[in-house]
Amino acid sequence: MMHSSRYILVGILFGITLYKAEAVSWFRIYEMFHFQSFHMYGIIFSAIALGVPIVQWIKRRHLKSIEGKEIVIPPKDRSFPRYIIGGFIFGCGWALAGVCPGPMFILMGSGYTVFVVFLLAAMTGTVAYGMLRSKLPH
Amino acid sequence: MVPEFLLQLRDWISQPWPWWVAGPMIALIMFILLFFGKEFGMSANLRVMCAADGADDVADFFKFDWQSQSWNLLVALGAVFGGYLAAHYFTNGEPTAHITSQAVESVRQYTYFADRIPENGPVPLVPDFLDWPALFTLRGAFIILGGGFLVGFGARYAGGCTSGHAISGMSALQLGSLVAVIGFFLGGLFMTYFIFPLIF
Repeated sequence: MMHSSRYILVGILFGITLYKAEAVSWFRIYEMFHFQSFHMYGIIFSAIALGVPIVQWIKRRHLKSIEGKEIVIPPKDRSFPRYIIGGFIFGCGWALAGVCPGPMFILMGSGYTVFVVFLLAAMTGTVAYGMLRSKLPH
Repeated sequence: MVPEFLLQLRDWISQPWPWWVAGPMIALIMFILLFFGKEFGMSANLRVMCAADGADDVADFFKFDWQSQSWNLLVALGAVFGGYLAAHYFTNGEPTAHITSQAVESVRQYTYFADRIPENGPVPLVPDFLDWPALFTLRGAFIILGGGFLVGFGARYAGGCTSGHAISGMSALQLGSLVAVIGFFLGGLFMTYFIFPLIF
């Protein structure tokens, strides 16, 4: 059973939040990588600071989802190369274009329609990874 | 007639949001998705979109039940709507980024920005090389196509992006996510300090 509207609403909330907090701005990312403002760090750190107790609470209380199933948070793979190399590559793109995948969608809606091309480039990168996957260290 | 308090609410939302509103809001979004039995992660959509477009013919990585992930496409679609609403209804004037004067001063040291960014601001939300005309220049094409490619490649290689690792993974105290976030920063700093002087 799909409840389409609730996911769209979550996305709308996400879009308004990142747009209004200027996290979609190339200049904010520039400023972050130059350690010239606390703003972006404040967003990320306060989200984690609240996220950690939320996740602990869900786990300890064996909280159930809206569908009545216990909420499971799948652990990430234990590995090092994929996170550090993949992360490095991602970070290069993030700083260069000033957007990560969330803001990419948000800016498309805000009228910066050139991000459709950015999305196509990102999909090309995803396909390239899929094709090279077996040859890359993970 | 629109009630007065709704107009006030709109004006209140229309101000730039401080970090201490946005951060907790993102944590709330992560919680809502967990409560729906899902996991917050925007870049997973790239894999879903590729699989839906038939990329399973070129790589096994795209042979998965992408329909089960279509909820995430709806979150992305919502984000597009959210961006539209924020830019058209919850705005006061030209979209600007309120970066620190220190950041304005440092960005103006690049020849490219020196005559584009006024000394005392305002700084546009999105620079002009992220636009259609720029796509047909060497710099703009490099940033839009190159940036997109790196983001798509890196996010799938690392198994997540800012939302999946920095928010979801770090909140679940995942060591791999911490390594990924360190990778994001090393890559970002490399780009900022070594490549920007060559392109701006």
